[in-house]
Amino acid sequence: MTNTIDEIGKADVILITGSNTTENHPVLSSFVKRAVSLNGTKMIVVDPRRIKIATFADMWLRPNLGTDVAWINGLMHVIIKENLYDTEYVESRTEGFEELKQAVEKFTPDFVESITGIPGEQIEAAARMYAGAKAGSILYCMGITQHISGTDNVKSLANLAMLCGNVGIEGGGVNPLRGQNNVQGACDMGGLPNVFSGYQSVTDLAARQKMEEVWNVSDLPDQPGLKVTDMIPKAHDGSLKSLYIIGENPLVSDPDLNHAEKSIDNLKFLVVQDIFLTETAQKADVVLPSCCYAEKDGTFTNTDRRVQMVRKAVNPPGEAREDWKIICGIAARMGYEMNYENSEAIMKEIAQITPSYGGITYDRIRHEGIHWPCPNTEHPGTPILHIDRFTRGKGVLHAIDYIPPAETIDDEYPMYLTTGRLLFQYHTGTMTMKTVGLNEIAPESFVEMSPADAANHGLEDGSMAEIASRRGRISAKVKISLKAVDGTVFIPFHYAQAAANKLTHAALDPVSGIPELKVCAVKLTKAA
Amino acid sequence: MTAENKIIINGNEFDFDPGETILEVARRSNIDIPTLCHLKGATGTGACRVCLVEVERARSLVASCVAPAGNGMVVQTESSKVIESRKMIIRLLLSSGNHNCAVRGSDGKDWTQFQLNVQQDDDSSELCPVWGDCRLQDLAYRYQVSGDQFPATETRYPMETVNPFIVRDFSRCINCGRCVQACNEVQVNKAISFGYRGAATKIIAAGDRPYADSDCVFCGECVQACPVGALVERDARYQYRQWEHEKVRTTCSYCGVGCQLYLHVKDNKVSKVTGVEDVAPNYGSLCVKGRFGFDFIHSQDRLKTPLIKKLGVFKEVSWDEALDFVAEKLSGIKAEHGSESIGVLASARVTNEENYIIQKFARGVLKTNNVDHCARL
Repeated sequence: MTNTIDEIGKADVILITGSNTTENHPVLSSFVKRAVSLNGTKMIVVDPRRIKIATFADMWLRPNLGTDVAWINGLMHVIIKENLYDTEYVESRTEGFEELKQAVEKFTPDFVESITGIPGEQIEAAARMYAGAKAGSILYCMGITQHISGTDNVKSLANLAMLCGNVGIEGGGVNPLRGQNNVQGACDMGGLPNVFSGYQSVTDLAARQKMEEVWNVSDLPDQPGLKVTDMIPKAHDGSLKSLYIIGENPLVSDPDLNHAEKSIDNLKFLVVQDIFLTETAQKADVVLPSCCYAEKDGTFTNTDRRVQMVRKAVNPPGEAREDWKIICGIAARMGYEMNYENSEAIMKEIAQITPSYGGITYDRIRHEGIHWPCPNTEHPGTPILHIDRFTRGKGVLHAIDYIPPAETIDDEYPMYLTTGRLLFQYHTGTMTMKTVGLNEIAPESFVEMSPADAANHGLEDGSMAEIASRRGRISAKVKISLKAVDGTVFIPFHYAQAAANKLTHAALDPVSGIPELKVCAVKLTKAA
Repeated sequence: MTAENKIIINGNEFDFDPGETILEVARRSNIDIPTLCHLKGATGTGACRVCLVEVERARSLVASCVAPAGNGMVVQTESSKVIESRKMIIRLLLSSGNHNCAVRGSDGKDWTQFQLNVQQDDDSSELCPVWGDCRLQDLAYRYQVSGDQFPATETRYPMETVNPFIVRDFSRCINCGRCVQACNEVQVNKAISFGYRGAATKIIAAGDRPYADSDCVFCGECVQACPVGALVERDARYQYRQWEHEKVRTTCSYCGVGCQLYLHVKDNKVSKVTGVEDVAPNYGSLCVKGRFGFDFIHSQDRLKTPLIKKLGVFKEVSWDEALDFVAEKLSGIKAEHGSESIGVLASARVTNEENYIIQKFARGVLKTNNVDHCARL
């Protein structure tokens, strides 16, 4: 997030899109609900499902799946045409306005309506509401990113925010809601193919030299490696021989599971390090038992970049070990000693070579976490990014055109499928499915559909439907719901028994490598 | 600060900001006015009357949680009139239900019969499930009050135990309304409200239905807000006694919000989870997963030893054997097929320190940048 969770209450207009906030970020959603219900903050929700947070909104806009660039360009078309943008901000803080203006020229409300299905007058009203904010906050999640146009979608939201002068101010911002406890930290620490910790590029000689010196190694590889979504096809074609997977269950969470499973089976050597024998671990040659969060010390970095303490409360079961100790044990056996007394000693090394974490010490975050960038131990941290300037100087307004999703409906597969999580389960369920009460409330997969779609397919609430895409088929219980809009069904991806990801499409965003998990074409039939 | 904004509490002068309540000024100045119904961040209701204070020239005692501080106001927070009034309120509350802590009094026959009745209601031979962790009990001790001056009120509504997470024990509810505020003004789930009237008042969900049949999402904010034993975590009820537990503060391991929570630990086991109040980012709030979804920690299915697959079957092995084997295989593949033939998936589930070590290992030892994690999935 460019801004903090606390600042949600300081926005006067909130735009939420591609985030089922009350189910996926429940505590954060209460900041939104309080602002809207008790403080009169205005809210626009743009989402293909009539989710709970939409019931709190002043406006709910319903786009067709995968048409985000179109409606965002539509808002900007209206804002520019009606001269509602922040001319001073655009002038002093950004570049590329003329190109952007040209690019959104054709996205008239009528044209946008023809692509997105959102009535033109709603596009106009939403544009005026967002542009009218003193501080407008955009919150988004995987409904924006998990598309072949995911990068374009995010850039478009950034365009919209900069156009209205909403980046670098209190209560504003472009705020991705991170879905995993430490997905922010895993990125910050260099758990990515192109960067070391603190987003220092592996292609940067100075960065490599710094790491080589501190790590006491030589010949660090200088070309970006493979993204996870590239590793799977490489495993399939046999050029990737071995995978070492830590705390992840791709055989439920990856797109197009049948293909992913063949790829994993094709590996010469698979190591899985986890707390449970997951669907993925069962395929491994070696399984290494690790500690869960309650059994170790360390830090997580949350969605608003706040580095916070994790503390050991109980002993691990059996011989389970901290993940870092396991890795150090293997490194030593491969001829490289990594000796640390404890996790705090590792943080000292991180702070030494990671500018944005330079001022993070356990002592400082004992009571309350600090937002990075925090370059030194005198620095209070940075709750709001880009206040006076962007990292590169001026913010770029990108001219972006709309491209349709990779797979659209046709006569054979006439329904759209989108996927996501539920409040009462988490990701692939390895943790939540151990709590009886959660399973009691959310016991099994289902396919959520509108009353009309159910009637058209002769399906009754609670009956079994078969859902097929070009890549696979599953059976799931029918759940007729007013959340669903005609023509689009929803299936949660938690359940391995009826894995929604057997149906999903593995088409990737060319820049980020994210798969288009939020759109594919399916057909529904009554299960035999 | 203008000369007008001065208030005298217990003989000392304090500045206040216009709109601040007497309670807020007092708390800020380390003057302890007891409360039961007051919930920080929510609208004051003045419902419980425990926070009454004496204000010079006022006709009656004033509820400090709702009364704004006024210029030149002279306030006594522990005058004999205040104390008498508080004692009466506490006596009445103690007699209003199954408050079977020892403070209720011990006058022979009635006490025994009362305990027997309560134990039957509870289906347990233990004292109140929140004994030692109850704001009403605290007040009874502080003001040396017992509840046996008035006959115990009959329990009007049966206990609700039909959901997996929260026991609603109306026999211990003092109708302070903190749960209603927690639900409506903090989490804004709007699942519960006051129902019925007068002595029949009850906290109801969806027209007096069980939580499970209402808009309740089991965040448990109401449980954390309840000052007495009316709302208790089902699995912790009678298992959890505050004084036997150590509280360990940590960060939630589900979504990216990073809620601060306490793991309440006894004998190497987590018994319950509560939110850390007054600190960002969650200020005490949690969701159903963070508060109730911790059984996985002690699950029998946890991996306990390293495993190596031999002829298609996992065999338990020692750490030395497992690590030797992995090191040998990775070295072999690296030598035969090159570093680029190996991929490492770090994890959005483990700590920063661990992710750092994982990428250091991939880059520095395996010599590959094929390191990524599940951020995209």
